[in-house]
Amino acid sequence: MFRRLPDHKGDLVTFTFDGTPLMASKGDTVAAALLAAGVTRFRTTPVSGADRGPYCMMGVCFECLVTIDGRGNRQACLTTIEEGMRVETQHGAATYPTGISA
Amino acid sequence: MSVHHVNTASDLQETYDLLVVGAGPAGLSAAAVAAECGLSVLLCDENGSPGGQIYRGITEASAATKARLGKDYAAGEAIITRFLATSACYAARASVWSIAPYEPEVGEASGLEVGVSLAGAARLIRVRRAILATGALERPFPIPGWTLPGIMTAGSAQIALKTAGLVPSGRTVIAGTGPLLYLLAAQLIGAGASVNAVVDTTPNGNRRRALAHSFDFARSAYGLKGARLLAQVHRYTRVIRNVMALEAAGDGRLSEVVVTYRGGTERLPADLLLLHQGIVPNLNLSLASGCASGWNDRQATFTPTIDEWCQTSVPDIAIAGDAGGIIGAEGSALHGALAGMAAAWRLGRLSEAERDKRAAPVRARLRMALRGRLFLDELFRPGDDFRIPTRPETIVCRCEEVTAGAIRATMPLGVRGPNQMKAYLRCGMGPCQGRLCGLTVTEIIAQERGVAPGEVGYYNVRTPIKPVALKELAALPQSDSAIKAVAGFVEKPVSASHPRTQE
Amino acid sequence: MTDRDVLIVGGGLLGASIAWGLARLGLRVAVLDEGDTAFRAARANFGLVWVQGKGLGKPEYSNWTQASAALWPRLSDELKRETGIDPGFSQPGGFSIRLTELELQRGIDAMNALQSQPNIARYPYEILNHRETKARLPAIGPTVAGSIYSPLDGHANPLRLYRAFHAALHRMGAAYLPEHHVERISHQGGAFTVEGPWGTMSAGRIVLAAGIGNTRLAPMVGLNVPLVPSRGQIIVTEKTVPFLHHPVGNIRQVDEGGVIIGESKEATMDHQRPRAPVTAVLADRAMRMFPIIGELNVVRIWAAFRIITPDGFPIYEQSRSCPGAFAVACHSGVTLAANHAFTIAGHIAQGEIPASLATFSSERFDVSAAA
Repeated sequence: MFRRLPDHKGDLVTFTFDGTPLMASKGDTVAAALLAAGVTRFRTTPVSGADRGPYCMMGVCFECLVTIDGRGNRQACLTTIEEGMRVETQHGAATYPTGISA
Repeated sequence: MSVHHVNTASDLQETYDLLVVGAGPAGLSAAAVAAECGLSVLLCDENGSPGGQIYRGITEASAATKARLGKDYAAGEAIITRFLATSACYAARASVWSIAPYEPEVGEASGLEVGVSLAGAARLIRVRRAILATGALERPFPIPGWTLPGIMTAGSAQIALKTAGLVPSGRTVIAGTGPLLYLLAAQLIGAGASVNAVVDTTPNGNRRRALAHSFDFARSAYGLKGARLLAQVHRYTRVIRNVMALEAAGDGRLSEVVVTYRGGTERLPADLLLLHQGIVPNLNLSLASGCASGWNDRQATFTPTIDEWCQTSVPDIAIAGDAGGIIGAEGSALHGALAGMAAAWRLGRLSEAERDKRAAPVRARLRMALRGRLFLDELFRPGDDFRIPTRPETIVCRCEEVTAGAIRATMPLGVRGPNQMKAYLRCGMGPCQGRLCGLTVTEIIAQERGVAPGEVGYYNVRTPIKPVALKELAALPQSDSAIKAVAGFVEKPVSASHPRTQE
Repeated sequence: MTDRDVLIVGGGLLGASIAWGLARLGLRVAVLDEGDTAFRAARANFGLVWVQGKGLGKPEYSNWTQASAALWPRLSDELKRETGIDPGFSQPGGFSIRLTELELQRGIDAMNALQSQPNIARYPYEILNHRETKARLPAIGPTVAGSIYSPLDGHANPLRLYRAFHAALHRMGAAYLPEHHVERISHQGGAFTVEGPWGTMSAGRIVLAAGIGNTRLAPMVGLNVPLVPSRGQIIVTEKTVPFLHHPVGNIRQVDEGGVIIGESKEATMDHQRPRAPVTAVLADRAMRMFPIIGELNVVRIWAAFRIITPDGFPIYEQSRSCPGAFAVACHSGVTLAANHAFTIAGHIAQGEIPASLATFSSERFDVSAAA
């Protein structure tokens, strides 16, 4: 859906998405990094389970929510990618970093 | 001198003379002018670098990016440079989630109490005044299928270009209306993207109404730029006009854009659909702070009620730039400067005469900058069918997945406004807090009732206007009376263990 | 000739539940309500169907509450059947979590005092220590002292309940009249006429269920509804995976996934803005109860005014000087919804509040009665 312009310079950062190692450009938001890697579906909704991806890229729509390092409901478009970040598709409502049984 | 960067919540001072929210052209100018007048200023902004959405990423942009985005984008540098040379405090990646009158449990109420989150911690600070320069957001574009992955706003594509050097790579359709539409199309084409079609939803009747203002427009900066952009886009891509309906289709993601125009319906295969029908003020902070607003029919949105010095109905709060009604980047910078002067005057740093003297040339430039704005508002006022969805399956509230049909079907219960609708259907209750459905819900109700949207009103917007983690709120200062209000009695007085330490 | 059999002033949970009850008995009702931005305590209801701890000082109130909890399954079924809207009722038993030994002891003392009152219908409850609480609520924090559990407690989705009542009223042809602010009520020849900027309406009976507005309206028909200021604040989080399957007195995970927190009572009605220290205490205590919710983002905080009489118990009363005029006031609009819909509506239809409910007359607040 998106490609990186060849003149965009930036050090490479590695992260994983649903366990798959991917590369990003330093300074990317998580949303930009995922779009650059060809990811379009970021989450499913807690209401109907429908697929969603980023919409506004400026922090207002809350569509780009992903799970980052175990914590759900992170706005991918407002979070800067970091080396080794573990990003996952968010399925429905947010989960907790520590698994709980209730 | 140069700005003092505030990186953690604990680095924030207890008090400032002036809080400015938003580091776009309005906020940067307001903060710079106020700081130059000697006020202690805190500028809070959600992004990592100054510039707002219009100048997003400019401090890190490469020469190639700047060249691609043009002279208007590069103009942001001067505004940023001026601000960075002041003594203001600047908190990047900070969100202001609440502004309310400061009411201590003992002592006199004065000024404002501001909730700020920064680097994972919340703080309450006090300021004497605030200028909200929260800018604009893209107007909701509720068409069937608009929640599918692969559909983004045109602005989002521009942000991806500005900040990450990303351009669309597959089959791309751009649809909507407004000055940004052709600008973005031209920028993307210039960057080598393949734009398969531009679907122009500008209503035909607009041109006639806009003509009344065309003399001003022709003399404005927009006039020439606009004509050049149009020519450029026409040369490289197909433009579809006389559009009556738009729909996105796909299973789990966008696969085609269905366009109905005079003469037929066409299904355009697409990987990416970029939607845009103008921008509207970002109202949540001003509404949550109690600032009065009214329906602005020309811009088809609510706009805060402000006077010529940007003053709102709340004594210590002013609003500058697009947040107070869409005036564009150049206008916003000038408007912000006026707000900064007004703040310095109200806090005793500028005499009234000095304020007026400094403001006169700014006002003259502002008049110039706003020339042509009426034409743009009329020409690009999005059509009713694209603002007020008629197809029942169209999702209106994306967060709670409430459709236009559900909203209309609930009207017979006697719903008069969006707050009752919210209680019945949960529209506006999700994390976006109504930003992407508020105007639509109001306009559907107004249409059903046959009254003006101003009579219907808008959501009561609640703090925090940006999500704050519960643990951040839990770490804020407590008081004995608050403990008594919640627990019924005070087991361990806060006053005895001050300052409050974490258990 | 009157416009309707009964006019109900107030379209919140209380007014709507009584109106529905009257309409299903075949009466022609009209509900007069305010507009979109009225106070609306109903929109701020916490959603508990709660029995434990209620009625200290008035055992009849405990019995009244227990009766409503027992009627709730029927209310839920009928509304669901009539409207297709599920009010989200469940009665899995509820916990009052106590953070310290002192809080737990106070809770135990209060339950003992409550249950040892004469004429109270005793109900089962358990005192649980930390370990016992943890066995049933695994997500509790390490510093929780214990809890009090009662199997009678439950919860519902207050907004869906509210919508179900109004949808049912609509189906039955009842008139719901928003933006009908009532300025004056007069009583003549056995009929009541209400007036507002919108015009007038008349009926043989009138029910005042206008929340805070009752204080102003009641004297017009020889009634008295004294209220005391009470402000409550609520915090709502984003949706999260289910972790709390029982209602807790101050924390509930609603069926849509969000967590709502709120147990504050401030004796003020100055404004509806959240107070930061109260927010901090609410959040802090909730996190000590369930540490995992600390990571959740808060999406809304707001304050609303409770409908609280000076002794905290409801008022159900018919006017002596204007028979046919009834006043109802209470703050437990969800817990008592079943009583209001079935029992109170029945009494109003009959034209008499029975002696068994005389204890809820406002006469208990008269200066002469107290002397």
